[in-house]
Amino acid sequence: MDMLLEALFSILTLEGLVTILCGVTAGLFIGALPGLTATMALAVLLPFTFTMSPLQGLMALGAVYMGAIYGGAFTAILINTPGTPSSIATTFDGYPMARKGRAYEALAAATIASVVGGIIGVAFLLLLAPPLARLAVVFGPAEMFWVALLGLTLVASLSSGSLLKGLLGGCIGMLLSTIGVSPIGGETRFIFGIPALQGGIELIVALIGLFVVPELISMAAQGRGALPESGKLQGGAGSAIMRMGRHIFGKPINLIRSCIIGQIIAIIPGAGGNVTSLVAYNEARRFSKDPASFGKGNVDGVIASESSNNVMVAGSMVPLLTLGIPGAPPDAIILGVLLMHGLRPGLDLFTETGVLTNGFILSMGFAAMFLLPVGLLGGRLIHRVVVKTPFYFLLPSIAMVTILGTYALRNSMTDVFIMLLLGSVGYFLRLIGIQAAPIVLGMILGVIAEKGYVQTMLVAVVDPIPWLRLVANPLSIVLACLVLLSVATTLLPGWLERSGRMAKVDSDEEKPS
Amino acid sequence: MTLATTRWVGSLTLMAALGMPGIALAEYPEQPITYTIPFDPGGESDVTARFQEPHLEEILGVDVNVNHRPGGGGAVGWSEFQSKAEPTGYEMIGVNIPHIIAQPIMRENAGYETDNWKIVTFFHTTPNALIVPKDSQFETLDDLVQYAKENPQAVTLGGSGTFSANHLGALRLEREAGVDVTYIPFTGTGPLPAAVQGNHVSGIFNYSMLGVQMQDNARVLAVASEERVPALPDVPTFKELGYDIVGGAYRGVAVPKGTPDEIVNTLEDAFAKTNERIAEKQEPLGFVMTNITDGEVDEVMQQLQSAYQPILEDAKANQ
Repeated sequence: MDMLLEALFSILTLEGLVTILCGVTAGLFIGALPGLTATMALAVLLPFTFTMSPLQGLMALGAVYMGAIYGGAFTAILINTPGTPSSIATTFDGYPMARKGRAYEALAAATIASVVGGIIGVAFLLLLAPPLARLAVVFGPAEMFWVALLGLTLVASLSSGSLLKGLLGGCIGMLLSTIGVSPIGGETRFIFGIPALQGGIELIVALIGLFVVPELISMAAQGRGALPESGKLQGGAGSAIMRMGRHIFGKPINLIRSCIIGQIIAIIPGAGGNVTSLVAYNEARRFSKDPASFGKGNVDGVIASESSNNVMVAGSMVPLLTLGIPGAPPDAIILGVLLMHGLRPGLDLFTETGVLTNGFILSMGFAAMFLLPVGLLGGRLIHRVVVKTPFYFLLPSIAMVTILGTYALRNSMTDVFIMLLLGSVGYFLRLIGIQAAPIVLGMILGVIAEKGYVQTMLVAVVDPIPWLRLVANPLSIVLACLVLLSVATTLLPGWLERSGRMAKVDSDEEKPS
Repeated sequence: MTLATTRWVGSLTLMAALGMPGIALAEYPEQPITYTIPFDPGGESDVTARFQEPHLEEILGVDVNVNHRPGGGGAVGWSEFQSKAEPTGYEMIGVNIPHIIAQPIMRENAGYETDNWKIVTFFHTTPNALIVPKDSQFETLDDLVQYAKENPQAVTLGGSGTFSANHLGALRLEREAGVDVTYIPFTGTGPLPAAVQGNHVSGIFNYSMLGVQMQDNARVLAVASEERVPALPDVPTFKELGYDIVGGAYRGVAVPKGTPDEIVNTLEDAFAKTNERIAEKQEPLGFVMTNITDGEVDEVMQQLQSAYQPILEDAKANQ
């Protein structure tokens, strides 16, 4: 307890608070730019921390991380483009809300959810790190395979209308993810003799291509801006914030569930924020009284996505600080910083250097709180810019930033071409009802499933029936059952409806459906 | 120096760069140097480059810009460098063994050749280390080898990547000890600590750095270096235990073929001095600092090529 107080005092200095404020602001803007991810934000700002003390450096990076994950929500809501992959699920309802003129409400909800999520993640990390860390190591290859499948069942709920089109999108995504050097085995696949394709299709490149380009084309085709200009706020910004606050805290079940999901997935190494917000969104929809309204502008979808991905920021530090296992990609950079300062993850971090560690953890809590003023002010500013700018200025500007962002990702013109190609194809796919979300989902989860499956089969090479390894322990059995349950709850309503109708019309019974 | 002479030297440099050898380069370097890392930011190669950057700038007196060109386990950056970089000394790229040996052999078209550049120096190595869970039944390397002999394929060893330093380490252990183990590739070093601590594999082949990092949570059975790793003084080498396995990753830097010798020498010196300054920070992490230049580079390349080639070609034939 003394240590915690001492840590609190060590960050509550003017220098400390300014560091956090700058970190959050910088992170927010980097996160809001499509193509610049939280991992990149940390990598780019890393050299600046070399001259700082260990605590100040960690505080700055923690704040940047928190800001970047939240910043992704801005573009997700305002121009239907996830700024970072962890905001993919935010686009599902955030953008429809914005199209209805409720952009600021969506931003306010995202902000409040992010702040609460961030603080809850810090609380988990402070209070429950050792027991939660044990969870991190039980997820082996087989369990990861099931987690990925569980995520893939989300395709069904994303494909409003046609399950077939959703599945088709998912398959396209999984196929795209196989281009390049295979994760296990190292063979080059589908590169058609072009060395540059060995790098595969980077997720962010596909994300930008599939989300932004079709949106830009349809904006241009219809000669409209990203948002309706008539989108006047009901009773001003203040009342929108109050309304969202009441909505979120009035029925806190959604928030609590999303935070718990966020924390659990954050601990699983290799899943990260991309998966966190998707699963939280899916569960919010499943448990909602009105699942049909999801995807059409239900604020609960925004809340689920944004709260869970900000829980992940501090939540993924649980396995990192206790066991040295990065829970999400940006954590690998934080690990590098710890090692550089001679800090080895483990219990020593909480005892010998406890002041430093606790200071770092608490600073993330402050960073989360700073999101509120920075986010609400910045949100108003960006919102106004997007609404007021005529589309013939806005459109080329977005296109420009998009191309720059794509190039900057890996300094690659190939990536820019891939982005534009995927974008153009994506536009036509969208016209025939195949959305970007299932494709991206297939790309993210296809790789995780492939790795989990192949690794499990390799480990089981001496077993008589290798695939039994997939259900060899209680956790993997539970996860497999969840997958079956998830498939059943998605298919059952439709099937019941059909068989109900069949019962009425006798002659239809024998026809294959 | 007056502006006029600066210009004069500048145009001389330009002429030399345009393929007029024979004219001595009075002042190299004069403009910013690009230092490409063909991997994602945050990895060992990147972190090292960040350590080096300020010192190189101080020694060389010009900006050194680290940029990233990741993809295909380094191959995308390397193929682009070999086809596009100019031999002016203003473009250099990080190179890693065994990647540059293994990829051209294993892939149909990696887009680059192992020897088609001038390697300036290998500035450090990270030897392989064999790490097992803390509660593992294997107390020593002999325990593991014994068990592997009695139970072919039952010992599962995780590692980072396929035909990587870790994988080749595991393959060499199989040859040296006459055992058959199962290698499980993971993507990168990140997931390996969890694989060990969760007992998802019997052990892992990874770099000495992870051995240092996991001292409390795991047991390091052996390291694949000539001498014991300073940061792991109690861990025996494979050689001490009777297995001739020395290997791991070598990291260095290359310039395009045809870069003038004076420039290569200037860079060699700069990297050697930089290494001295950053050793204090890198050694405790488990890096082994080296200064392999000139003829030694060829020696190391040949030695490792002849060690890895048969293993790789065997593996390729079995694919």
